[in-house]
This record gives sequence, C-alpha cells and structure tokens, in this order.
Amino acid sequence: MRDGLASLLLALAGACASAAAPAFEDTIAQRTIACTACHGKEGRAGPDGYYPRIAGKPAGYLYNQLLNFRDARRHYGLMARLLDPLSDAYLLEIAQHFASLDLPYPPPQKTSAAPELLQRGQQLVTQGDASAQVPACAKCHGERLTGVAPNTPGLLGVSRDYLNAQLGAWRTGQRRAHAPDCMAKIAKQLRPEDVTAVASWLSMQPLPADPHPIANLPDKAPMECGSAQLPAGRQP
Amino acid sequence: MKRALGILAALVLVLGALVFWLNQRGEDKISDAPPLAAPAADAVARGAYLVRAGNCVSCHTQRGGAQFAGGRAIETPFGTIYGSNLTPDKATGIGEWNADEFWRALHNGRARDGRLLYPAFPYANYTLLTRADADAIYAYLRTVPPVARPNTPHQLRWPYSTQTALAAWRALYFTAGAQENDAAKSPEWNRGAYLVRGLGHCSACHTTRNALGANANMMDLSGGLIPMQNWYAPSLTSSDEAGVSAWDLAHIERLLKTGIAPRGATLGPMAEVVLQSTQHLSDADLRAMAVYLKSLPPSAKASPSEAAPMSPRMAEIGAKIYEKQCAQCHGDKGEGIAGAYPALAGNRAVNLPVTANLVQVVLGGSFAPATAGNPRPFGMPPYATVLSDEEVAAVLSHIRTSWGNRSGAVSELEVNLQRSSTPP
Repeated sequence: MRDGLASLLLALAGACASAAAPAFEDTIAQRTIACTACHGKEGRAGPDGYYPRIAGKPAGYLYNQLLNFRDARRHYGLMARLLDPLSDAYLLEIAQHFASLDLPYPPPQKTSAAPELLQRGQQLVTQGDASAQVPACAKCHGERLTGVAPNTPGLLGVSRDYLNAQLGAWRTGQRRAHAPDCMAKIAKQLRPEDVTAVASWLSMQPLPADPHPIANLPDKAPMECGSAQLPAGRQP
Repeated sequence: MKRALGILAALVLVLGALVFWLNQRGEDKISDAPPLAAPAADAVARGAYLVRAGNCVSCHTQRGGAQFAGGRAIETPFGTIYGSNLTPDKATGIGEWNADEFWRALHNGRARDGRLLYPAFPYANYTLLTRADADAIYAYLRTVPPVARPNTPHQLRWPYSTQTALAAWRALYFTAGAQENDAAKSPEWNRGAYLVRGLGHCSACHTTRNALGANANMMDLSGGLIPMQNWYAPSLTSSDEAGVSAWDLAHIERLLKTGIAPRGATLGPMAEVVLQSTQHLSDADLRAMAVYLKSLPPSAKASPSEAAPMSPRMAEIGAKIYEKQCAQCHGDKGEGIAGAYPALAGNRAVNLPVTANLVQVVLGGSFAPATAGNPRPFGMPPYATVLSDEEVAAVLSHIRTSWGNRSGAVSELEVNLQRSSTPP
C-alpha cells in the first residue's frame, strides 16, 4: 500500500513536470523549429494541407527541394529568405533530420470526385497513358507509391490541393527541378482534368503497411530525371 | 531680353562644361593593351580573397545562377538595376576588358565603352582601392569560368535612366580618391579603414541617403534604412545602435567571422555579408576592421524622441501573444537562452528607433548565417501567416516596453506597410 502510494505520487510528480514548458534541449529538432512552425509538429504537415508533410520523405528529395527554393527553381519568398543564410552542409543535415522521422500517417482524405475521374486517376498512376506519352507514376515512385530512396518522393500522405498545385506549377514552369526535368515534361503532357484525376485518386489512398521509400526500383525508370540521379544539386 | 537669354545660354554651357570636367577629372589614360592572357597565380589567389572581401558575388550572381554571371535585381528608389556579368565571356562579360579599363571602372565608375556606371555599384568606396588590388581582382576574374549571359538592361525611370542625370549626380557626389593613411594611427587601423571604407563598402548600407540616393559624406556610417529592402542598417557610430566602441576586439572579430557574438548577432542583409564575405577574411584583416570600427568617433546623439505610447488593448494582446508564441525561447522575462536565443531585455536591436528589422524578423523568421564558426544556427519561425498586423505590432510593442525596455510602441500601420511591400 505504501509502495503503491509512493509510486502514485511519483507518477503525479512526473505528470506535472511534463505539463510544464519543456526544458531547452540542444537538438536538431530545436534548431529547426523555424521549419515545424509551418510544416506541423515534427514535420507532419500544416493543418490546411498547404504546407506539406516533410517527415519521412527521402533525404535527397528534401535536400533538393531546399536547394530548389533557395536557387529559384521553386518560388516561395518565406522559404527562400529563411534559407538564404544557410550552408549546403546544414541544409543537408536538416533534410536528413526530417527524413529520419518515422511517424504515423493520418487517414487519407475523403473525396466527392466522380467515379470516372477516380478511375482515370488510378489508370494514370498505375498504368500511365501511352497515347499521351505519360508513364505510370508507379514506374518511378515505386509500386507502393512510397518513393525511392534517396531522391524520389512518395506520393501518398499529401493533400489533393498540394498535389494539384504542384502538378499545375510544373505545367506552367513555376516549379522546376534539376535538368532533365522529367516531371515538367510529364505534367505538360497531362490535360488539366488529368491533373485533377491523379491528385484526387492519390489523396484518397491510405498508406501501405510499410510506408517507407523503397531502396531501389525493380526496373529502369522510363525517363531521365536530373533530381533522381543527383545525390544533390550541389555537393555539400 | 536677348541679353538675358545669352547669359542663360552661357551659364548652361559653363555648367555643362563643369559637369563634363568633373566627370573626367582624375581618370588615367587607357592603354590599348589586350586583356591579360595568363594571370600570375599569386595575383589570382590574392584577387580571389579581395573579391570575397568586396562581396562582389552577392550583387553579380542571381539566385541559382552561375557565379559572377550577373542578373541579380537590385531595387532602388529610381528603378531596378541588374548586376552585370563579370565573367571573362568575350561577348557578354568582361572578356575584352584590359586591366586599365577594369581599374577605371573601380576607380572612376566608368565602363569600358565610356558609359558612366550607376553608383549602386559602390565605386564611391572602391575608388579607395590601390591599383595593385584592382589588378589582382581583375586577374582573378579572368580565371572564373566564362558564362554567356547578356546583361539585363536596367529599368530606371526617367530622368534617372539618362547619362546626363548620372553625370550631374556624379558632379555633386563623386570624386575619385585614394586611401590616405593616417600616420598617427597604427598600420592595423589604416588597414581596417581601407577594408571598411573601401573594399568592404560598409557605408553602402550603413548610411542615410538623401532623395538622390546620396550622402554628402559617402563614408558616413551613422546608419540608414536600406532603400527598398525594409531593413535598417544600424549606426556603427552609436553605442545605442550597432557601434562597437565598448566591445572587446575579439567579440567584434567573432561577429564578423561567425555571425554571432556574445553581445549581438547578424540577421538579414548582414547575415548575407558574413556568409559570403567576412567569414572568409584572415584573422589579421578581421582584427584590423575591428580596431577601426571600435575607434569610430561617436556621432552626435539625436535627442531622444518621445517613446510612442501603447494603448491598453495593444498591451493586453501583446502580452498574450508573447506568452503563447515567444516566451518558450526568449524567456518569460525576455532573458533568452544563452547560445541559442537572444535576450530581448536590454537588446539594442530591439530598442532601435527604426523598427523595420523587428517587423522583418517577426514576419519572415530568420537564421543567423551558417558559418564555419557557427555551422548549425538556431532559427526563428516566420509569423507572417500566423499573426495579423495588429498582433505583430502588439507583441513588438510589448517587447519594446517590458523588462526595462523603454523604446515605445510599434504601430499597426508600420507593420502593414512593411508586409505589403515585401514580396511573398
């Protein structure tokens, strides 16, 4: 009984301590609260889907995006200005930190899209459309669509709006990657309704049991991609 | 009437001749020597170092572009100036320039084809360079990879777009010069003066500019708002701002070498200067700059203006936001966390009379530069998407009036103006 009371008191004390402001710890997570302020706790995505999840994305992909924002291949002033004073080596460390976070995914988005649209989306993602010269997403992003380490991102666990916006930006040249820019080529082959179809279907898929990027593609990728080959745009 | 017209015409002629003469004086004769073919290795190495000290790369490289190939847009109140291509490409860069022509650009602000250059290129500072240093910079630039990128034409409004306006400006504000060593001072001090006033062109930002973008003393370091950037380059001659007369020399050196020091950190445009330029300087040169900066005579104190009062509503909002968003890192009493987050109580940067930098940092967040001496800086999140103009004003006002800070409120209008003129 006395032991029981003592452990209860200890447990209560513990609960109080953890309810107080967390003590300062010098960690890479603490150093990068500028990132998680928008991209959500531990990089799980912002609340409205505009700031995508970065946790668990392949390190090379994240690093390339940091370089892309800094070097004007992607455009968002807040990102560019934050990154300007940082070195390549530190950007790589930041990318590796968020890539290493293995966190559960929320359930997928619900959709009200028409069945035909979703069917078209599924077809493009899994089979592609040879007549439109669009390879299947799965050919490069992996059969399970969870990406390929270290440079190719997964396509699940990001919002429909985000996917729509990125494919749209690639079509208009607002988003670019290292040359040859395979995604720009593909996005320009897609009709606007195809973009919606792909984004709608992808955003309603749950993550598979193993949500991690695969190590290697089983077959050679159908296109040359600058960012897929580079460990990085610039060597740290 | 006829006589009056005659006098007027004569005056115009005399004035024109004067402006012409003022723009030509002090120019050396240009030889027709060919561009340097094989620069000496030691000159190239020294030139590379000097190019770092002058931070040429920042203005002459665009985001994601080839180094020194130009194209960066520099916004001015008169329009946009584009950094030019300094690579040795013959058609679009300076591949055809000889050493005399390069010297004339640095020393007299005149291009190879005779055009006057805009003073966004800080030749009012570079005119102090020695010919030997200019030649070394030239030698180094001969060795960077040539890039074919035609210069982007400047987009300036009339009359600033004309050579006549530029000639008149130069007649008023520019005289070619040279570093005059002060025999009463140490060689270290003189070297520091050369770096700060000349190559480092610190006064290009740390000075107040008049309506014509000039200061009667182009070497003045008493602080100024950087035109169009919404950053305030604080006074280097006031101990209330960024003056370092009371600092240890070692701390001044550390600030320039690593971006942070026990009594201050660099953010915004100065973080870029440390990242690209000063962190690469030798310890001897950093010591020389520190000695010179520490010795700057204090400027006359401006009479303290009445601190703007804060409404009870702002006080309440500000205190709430501080507790929710700021206290975790900057402390309940603005005490900060040593080595990670700056104290806000008694912080000179917090209490500056110009609040532009505070608004910048709250809206955009910031990192100190990632330098060899501070490779993994802590970051502050941007609040542009989180806080309204009123909330930013309130929390800054709270900070500027708490824990002994007495610098007065920030208005919602100031935040609004700054937010609306910062690109997304």
